[in-house]
Amino acid sequence: MNALGLLRDVKELKRLKSELKKEKREKFVSVCGDTGCSVWDSKKVDEVFRRVLEEKGLSEEIPVKSTGCLGFCECGPVVIVFPEEIFYQKVNEEDVEEIVEETVVKGKVVERLLYHDPREDKKIVKASDIPFYKKQVRNLLGDNWLIDPGSIVDYFSREGYAAAAKAFTEMSPEEVINEIKEARLRGRGGAGFPTGVKWEECFTKNVENKYIICNADEGDPGAFMDRSILEGNPHSVLEGMMIGGYATGSNHGIVYIREEYPTALEKVKNAILKARETGMLGENILNSGFDFDITVSVGAGAFVCGETSALVNSIEGKVGEPRQKPPHLAEKGLYGKPTVVNNVETLANVPRIIRWGAEEFARAGSKNSGGTKIFSLVGKIRNTGLVEVPLGLPLREIIYEIGGGIKGGGHLKAVQTGGPSGGCLPGYMLDIPTDFEELDAAGSMMGSGGMIVMDYGTCMVEFSRYFLSFLSGESCGKCFSCREGIYRMLEIVEEVAAGTATLSHLDLLEELGEMVKNTTMCGLGKTSANPVLSTLKFFKGEYLAHIMENRCPAGVCRALVTVFINQELCSGCGVCRKKCPEEAITGEKKEPHYIEKALCSKCGICIESCPEEAITRA
Amino acid sequence: MKTFCHCNNHYGLENSSIILFMQNIQRNCGYLPEDELKRLADNTGTPLMDIYSIATFYKSFKLEPQGEHTITVCTGTACHLRGSGEVFEEMAAVLGVGSGGGTSEDGKYTLEKVNCLGACALAPLIVIDGHYHGNVTPGKAREMIEEHYKEEEKKESKKVNMIG
Repeated sequence: MNALGLLRDVKELKRLKSELKKEKREKFVSVCGDTGCSVWDSKKVDEVFRRVLEEKGLSEEIPVKSTGCLGFCECGPVVIVFPEEIFYQKVNEEDVEEIVEETVVKGKVVERLLYHDPREDKKIVKASDIPFYKKQVRNLLGDNWLIDPGSIVDYFSREGYAAAAKAFTEMSPEEVINEIKEARLRGRGGAGFPTGVKWEECFTKNVENKYIICNADEGDPGAFMDRSILEGNPHSVLEGMMIGGYATGSNHGIVYIREEYPTALEKVKNAILKARETGMLGENILNSGFDFDITVSVGAGAFVCGETSALVNSIEGKVGEPRQKPPHLAEKGLYGKPTVVNNVETLANVPRIIRWGAEEFARAGSKNSGGTKIFSLVGKIRNTGLVEVPLGLPLREIIYEIGGGIKGGGHLKAVQTGGPSGGCLPGYMLDIPTDFEELDAAGSMMGSGGMIVMDYGTCMVEFSRYFLSFLSGESCGKCFSCREGIYRMLEIVEEVAAGTATLSHLDLLEELGEMVKNTTMCGLGKTSANPVLSTLKFFKGEYLAHIMENRCPAGVCRALVTVFINQELCSGCGVCRKKCPEEAITGEKKEPHYIEKALCSKCGICIESCPEEAITRA
Repeated sequence: MKTFCHCNNHYGLENSSIILFMQNIQRNCGYLPEDELKRLADNTGTPLMDIYSIATFYKSFKLEPQGEHTITVCTGTACHLRGSGEVFEEMAAVLGVGSGGGTSEDGKYTLEKVNCLGACALAPLIVIDGHYHGNVTPGKAREMIEEHYKEEEKKESKKVNMIG
């Protein structure tokens, strides 16, 4: 397929698609080019694949696709050979020649690179047979391994822009809104507001210039769903924005993207250019009479800018402080005009709803919310990665069946959802369905999709200290109760971690938490006490152990632990003595060593260096 | 058909360029020098106070010159759980900068934290001059800096020899 021309109407789009269908190549190799895999040199693997195929004269016949995130980050770099869908993990440059020779040319499987399922103790050939993928419903992420995000042709061949064409030429804005409402689509950014209702509010405002903004300011630490969609399938987000623009009556879309994601930024910019070249953005799109264009705005590093009104202020070039509501953004948003702000994942769902119809879309999902949700499953979990599941699936299935359980075979202590705004749920609550209402009622929240798994090596006091310290740095300072309240809570939790707090501190902590929750204006402040309140509720025993017994049960809080060498296990090799930056370790060669308590900074370098695993922190 | 506005004046987008200008200044200078901010205030008619409130509000803006090499430690939740706090402390100790990070006395290294880089499978993650390194431990971190320092010194002495 050579350079694409301008597609003037729906007929030309359809003609292009039937041409693409005829030219469709069944055989190709997908190499994950996402940030995670590229740290393990997947770019080199990609290059070598291209070179080897070129040398064998196969490059025309078998294209190599540098794809977005394939989800299973634990196994990176990941390579999948199509049409057989053979999944190779931890692929090196040196493996490429063999894969081409054996699999691509002869159609044989290279055993040693296959995924090994530890539970069944067997190798698995096909990607979709791996338990990690098998339980998922990959509506959004599924296309990631089939398309090159830099190629609009690939997107066209996956029914790309068919939904926009259908909406613009066969549906009225009201019909689009109704379809979204019937699909029970709710915002994936955290609050879970029904998208159709949001659009309708903006649609009913009879004003000339309106805006639709894509919120790609994914600030939740430990979450990377939005980055993976933008890097893996940017056109799906653009198409969602176009349809949203049509439904709300706005002609200008803005993608607000955080600057920590340079690759996503580049991919989105490239996608916008390609969409303009083919006439998917611009004037009179597909001869429908609808005009729409998208520009990009880059954030400057502020978590609070994920809040919609703070985001709007940031685009206007101001300090990113949230605005007092009402008036809502649908009345007075960007530059005083009606504005809709939707999350990346929400928008990526839109083309599917229009293409499949609301009923088919909502088949996956729960009573109140339709479709799937992507979670970023991280922490002490065996299969770290992105998982997409129907809304309502219990946490237990996500963690044990997809995530493979706890890394290193330990036991689950807690799972945290919703990032710094969410709460920690203990192991016995794992049967809660992942649904907006259910998680809220349990004291956590859905949030944007971060799911952090903790084992017994995690100290809950330290964990809530971490989130408080994060939030104290990110509070914009507009509301006194948030600006000062979070700091005071942090001080108290720090005292608990240092073993200097008293029991009355806990009452004060709880009171402060409730105060901050009830007296701040935006979502950041209102939810900032959640990590503290939920750990106080479910793990109070740990707080008490710090206060009453001067003990950190997880062996994490430095003020309360000591590092010592087990004299029976120590072989006297002297590795720790040489590594210790404080020179706190002494001992004769081949005799058990010991640590001078007064000099030890508890940095842990000796623990990681000991070949006998004789050193512990407790 | 509604009038089509690509961007610019009609939408009043010129107001929003302050942050964009500041990002450009930082890209060119490595930080935001006072003179440049004053010039920006004069040229855009924005009070210097407002410019400084933006510069101090957003984390990515730097008001101090940065070191020749930047070391970024990801302190996202996944990295934190797997010990990025200890890695950061160890690096701060090696470089002799404060517990909040900063630039080493010789101006060679700047140590900073970042909230999340979204590569959680590799936790803890550090970035040295744009190169990602995964599964770092305090010990590895110490070795990496020491090695990097030695290599830089070698390069320096080579340069001196060539000039000499």
